[in-house]
Amino acid sequence: MTSLALTRESIARVRPGPAVAAVLIALFLLLFLVVPVVQVIFVAFQDKTTGAFTLINFADFFRNDLFMRSFWNSFYVSAMSVVVASALALPLAYLTTRFEFRGAVLIQSLGIIPLIMPPFIGAVAMQLLFGRNGTVNLLLRDHFGISIPFMEGLNGVIFVQSIHYFPFILINLSASLKNIDRAMEESAQNLGCHGFRLFRRIVFPLAMPGYVAGASLVFIKVFDDLGTPLLLNVNDMLAPQAYLRISSIGIADPMGYVISVVLIVCSLLALWVSALAMKGKDYATVQRGGGGLARRRMKPLELVAAYAVVLLILVLVLAPHIGLTLLSFATIWSFSPFPDAFTMKHYGTVFLESGQYITNTLLYASLAALLDVVIGTAIAYLVLRSKLPGRQWLDYIAMAALAVPGVVLGIGYLRSFYDVPMPFTGQPLSGFWLILVFALAIRRLPYALRACTAALQQVSNSLEEAAENLGATKLRTISRVVVPLMSGGILAGFVTSFATAAVELSATIMLVHSQSDAPLAYGLYVYMQSAAGRGPGAALGVFAVVIVGLGTYLSHVIIERGRRERGQDH
Amino acid sequence: MNHQFSPTSLAAGMESVGVRIDGVDLSYGSHRVLKDIHLDIKPGEFFAFLGPSGCGKTTLLRLIAGFNTAQRGAVTIGGRDISGLPAHKRDVGMVFQSYALWPHMTVRRNVAFGLEERRVPRAEIERRVDAALDLVGLKHLADRRPSQLSGGQQQRVALARTIVIEPKVLLLDEPLSNLDAKLRVQMRQELLSLQRKLGLTTIFVTHDQEEANTICDRIAVMEDGIVQQVGTPQELYDHPANLFVAGFLGTANVLEGQVRAVDGGTVFVMGGGVAIPLPRGVEPGAEGKLMFRPQNLFIRQDGGEPRDGHVRLVGVVRHREFLGASIRYAVDIGGQQVQVDAPHQAGDALLPTDTPITLDLAADKARFLRR
Repeated sequence: MTSLALTRESIARVRPGPAVAAVLIALFLLLFLVVPVVQVIFVAFQDKTTGAFTLINFADFFRNDLFMRSFWNSFYVSAMSVVVASALALPLAYLTTRFEFRGAVLIQSLGIIPLIMPPFIGAVAMQLLFGRNGTVNLLLRDHFGISIPFMEGLNGVIFVQSIHYFPFILINLSASLKNIDRAMEESAQNLGCHGFRLFRRIVFPLAMPGYVAGASLVFIKVFDDLGTPLLLNVNDMLAPQAYLRISSIGIADPMGYVISVVLIVCSLLALWVSALAMKGKDYATVQRGGGGLARRRMKPLELVAAYAVVLLILVLVLAPHIGLTLLSFATIWSFSPFPDAFTMKHYGTVFLESGQYITNTLLYASLAALLDVVIGTAIAYLVLRSKLPGRQWLDYIAMAALAVPGVVLGIGYLRSFYDVPMPFTGQPLSGFWLILVFALAIRRLPYALRACTAALQQVSNSLEEAAENLGATKLRTISRVVVPLMSGGILAGFVTSFATAAVELSATIMLVHSQSDAPLAYGLYVYMQSAAGRGPGAALGVFAVVIVGLGTYLSHVIIERGRRERGQDH
Repeated sequence: MNHQFSPTSLAAGMESVGVRIDGVDLSYGSHRVLKDIHLDIKPGEFFAFLGPSGCGKTTLLRLIAGFNTAQRGAVTIGGRDISGLPAHKRDVGMVFQSYALWPHMTVRRNVAFGLEERRVPRAEIERRVDAALDLVGLKHLADRRPSQLSGGQQQRVALARTIVIEPKVLLLDEPLSNLDAKLRVQMRQELLSLQRKLGLTTIFVTHDQEEANTICDRIAVMEDGIVQQVGTPQELYDHPANLFVAGFLGTANVLEGQVRAVDGGTVFVMGGGVAIPLPRGVEPGAEGKLMFRPQNLFIRQDGGEPRDGHVRLVGVVRHREFLGASIRYAVDIGGQQVQVDAPHQAGDALLPTDTPITLDLAADKARFLRR
């Protein structure tokens, strides 16, 4: 009896389908994530000429004033961005979860609008609005004789990044505030606690995990970002230094690799600190009774203050969009609060010169997103439903991409694939456009994977077993029952991957080999280098925002529809 | 687990107060949740709000705690109208259905919370927290987190956290519903002994009539936002005011028929001409139904004359349920169905379905209910 069961078990375990899929995915991850990153780390510890193991490169890094300044600048900018982003997100989260506030819809959209514009696109526009000779400061100087250095040096990066990334904190914090069982607050009131003490002693500690999750994400994103500092011409930060080192001195120079290792270590540290802070504090499951905190109506004065705060933040959040739109229609916009005159010719220029950028972007982003959802679904299924030994590792490795900055991945690809000649043409493989697609796919895989895993978790095991019980094979079950039920989540994952891949700059900028293969983000960067290119660059930026905005809207619609169909809309 | 609450100094110095609810009306929009509620809960009483879900019992409890606001009426505790007070100033201790223990604090900090909010001196806080934890037998777990405790232990912490502030009234919102069946029976005894020890006026919300019957002094049965009847468990079971109360507390047989006058009184006449004498006070022609319990019927297989005060019914067995101590038969009597409990002894044979059967009803146990 026992031995028979055992044989059955072992037969089931060696079923080839899942194993083949797992091996293929593992190979892909190995080739396009593990090898390039390991390569980067390896080179950082290698002597430039002899190839022997050495720490001299790191010693050089820490002895170099420019690098040390860049390091502290990156750290300072990231930390300050978290502070400013928190200052923006906290009042909004508090307003939506604690009060009956009609502006709640407004706040929700506030949480999305910044994310549909990559920060580097808005950076130039922000310069024109908030820079030393930008609209705001010109007006301030004329009327009050003062100016505020919003965009001076590091300030500019902090300003642009915190406006862009504060939704991460807002979304996470609001979600955990909403997940607090109302009884948690009521029991405190019942014992005599109220007002701000109640918020400080009960509500905020319970929402802490959400806040930390959002804040650490902001920190890592800002620390790793290349596009914004580059476009604001702030070069003494780590990511720009890595890029400049490789692009100006060449891929043999070890400093780019050393900086990459520092970037990875800092990302991991930030993730570790947040994991530490959240250890044992996953309160999301405590909810049992009624959900959500009690909301109260605001007094008239409070209402005015609330609207003032929301409107101020709204203006800030929309500033890059407004500035970009103005810039895309402007003839000349310099040393004046507003453009001198308006024209459509930039859009014409973009259509004539840069159609290639747009079609390339659509091609790359959709291929990358497709790859992501296929791999994401497969990994999710293998992890949740198969008994394959070591299946968790696929998930871990795919998620590890989160800690790999785009610059690092780009450098890794250059290093790993530069010496590999393409068949027929003999060009280096690293210049082949498909490599760009793989880089984008690896970068967005963690998000797609989480979406797919969440979708699969909602498909009950018994639905699958029912199909098999009625005679469907495993493959038929997956294609006829599992994937259709997951389709909402998969589609949402696809759209998110697509939208974000469409405006990725960090990895792309390293890997674009020729103008004709370049995607939109790269084109934008090139345009923005010259004053004359700003108009067309802005027009291209508007395209990017429209693409990402449409994508985000679509995924929102898909997720909402899925939720309604599953009857969770109550 | 087998712990009994031990007496401590906590019990001393508390003076029991009564709770009055006067003409309370509460609506959410156009939905009227509580309709003109009047209740008078005596000092030191263990009182239950009993009813099905949606009857308004939890709303009423939350109203006393200050989490709901009534459109009309007043709540008075110990003679003082507290309707206008916010929740944090009411001094009524509430134990939540989900316990609502704060996961970011240890057991000790949870229990100390209410005292800290009252600015009690540090040394006294420690002493009172120790006493409260001792009372519920959890002193050894004081430094654990709530997530490290079992359901029963969490329940005790929630209780300790509430009674440590020496509230005037203790409110319990379905406190046993998250425990497994065995623990529930044990906890309700512990709750009762704790309540007796502290002499604390306690209001207990439940949908489980057995729970309410076993531990409460008096029960308010609620349905559709209305208090249907207030009384001791026995009063409610033996003399239900209406069909809802009769059906909610135990199994009720309900028969249709007419009230007619006969020599020397009135009778309830069912189809088939069976007449059951009614007590005085029911006038002929009154609209209503006859209610009695399954144990008021006796199976007479010998076919002899009915005993004194019993009315003979004949029927056919339709279903049977073996309950262990008894067998419950569903019997069709002239188109109406009644349930009969027959005591069971080992070796007794069950009556097969479709067996014709003779039943005697103890007529004085039957009650005429108008609604």
